[in-house]
Amino acid sequence: MPSLKTLRVRINSVKSTQKITSAMKMVAASKLRRAQSQAEAARPYAERMERMLASLGASAVGSPTAPKLLVGTGADKVHLLVVVTADRGLAGAFNSSVGRLARAATRRLESEGKTVKILAVGRKGRDYLKRELASRMIGDVNYVGRKSINFADAQDVATRVTAMLEAGEFDVCTLVYNRFRSVIAQVPTETQLIPTPLPEGAGAVGGGAQADGAMYEFEPDEETMLARLLPQNLAIQVYRALLENAAGFNAAQMTAMDNATRNAGDMIKRLTQNYNRARQANITKELIEIISGAEAV
Amino acid sequence: MPVDLEIVSPEKLLLSRPVDMVVIPAAEGEMGVLPEHSPMIVLLRGGTIRLYENGQVTERLFVSGGFAEVTPRRVTVLANEATPVEQVSRAEGERRMAAAEAEYAAADKMDVPALDAAMDRIQAARAMVEAAQAA
Repeated sequence: MPSLKTLRVRINSVKSTQKITSAMKMVAASKLRRAQSQAEAARPYAERMERMLASLGASAVGSPTAPKLLVGTGADKVHLLVVVTADRGLAGAFNSSVGRLARAATRRLESEGKTVKILAVGRKGRDYLKRELASRMIGDVNYVGRKSINFADAQDVATRVTAMLEAGEFDVCTLVYNRFRSVIAQVPTETQLIPTPLPEGAGAVGGGAQADGAMYEFEPDEETMLARLLPQNLAIQVYRALLENAAGFNAAQMTAMDNATRNAGDMIKRLTQNYNRARQANITKELIEIISGAEAV
Repeated sequence: MPVDLEIVSPEKLLLSRPVDMVVIPAAEGEMGVLPEHSPMIVLLRGGTIRLYENGQVTERLFVSGGFAEVTPRRVTVLANEATPVEQVSRAEGERRMAAAEAEYAAADKMDVPALDAAMDRIQAARAMVEAAQAA
């Protein structure tokens, strides 16, 4: 039986842990709200962009001069994985599930004889992947100490990817990130960025073009438009992943901290019971001592 | 019959309302869009978007570039950034202009795409300064 003092110390330490976890839960909840509204605000642009791309891309995809961003390099040898994770932990399996997916993808691609390069966005992903796949890492980006993500951040990543493509450093680019399905469900997802996947049957069912029953004129010509639209689209995809990652992270942290707070509560209850038991045992023992002492006199 | 105008930046939906006419700074010249315009997708340069209602300019927004999708009833502007002209900062415009000019000067004279990009930025910065002056 541990002494009363050690029990008291433990109870106090669990109590202060509980205070921290419940405060973190509150903070995560309010950050989640902000991240969610930011993600929602970004949606209209992405939707409109997709619609434009659908009507533009369909006509260009067959042409031999189609830009690399749209059709890739034609080869399928070197894969670039852009792995998006959070910068901080204490969010359950949030970061490691993306890491696991990235690792599985790497193994799969390598068993098919392809080369894999990894660009880690977010500190936790970098740390996770560095342990095993350090040789594939070609760089990392993180937003430690930043309050929120803005579009310029996504643009930086996109520019970097585009520059690598131009330099012929990879053939296919895939984004690995946590899709934010709901507050309790974040789904690790792989999305292909380059070559750009066009919406199914673009042009025919591709939204705008058909909804308005019209064929678009382009000014300037399609090729110039595509050359401008594609990098922007890439940045938007990255931006969306970053925002979903931020929202997902806060949601995961909120859930994790909620669990931790509850566990701490259970633990306090158990420890308090032990403490009371020990206290009573002590009192009983003392009583017995007094009584037997009195009897002996 | 009005035309539905939407101005969206990557970060949020900035404006969505019906207007009588809108003038957008297309890459190949200003373009006034009335209802029943033929469907087009145009590239934008830096410049001012003007909204016309009841024969008057009711709002002016500076955009630094982007795209616009025009259909008979709808105009969607995907702007890189859009600010009401009153809020455009001249100092910021001049700073960008200086940065873009430096970039142009530094760019390899044989690297045509880079020169073009720098030139576009200079043009956008100039438009920003002009917008600030006009306000």
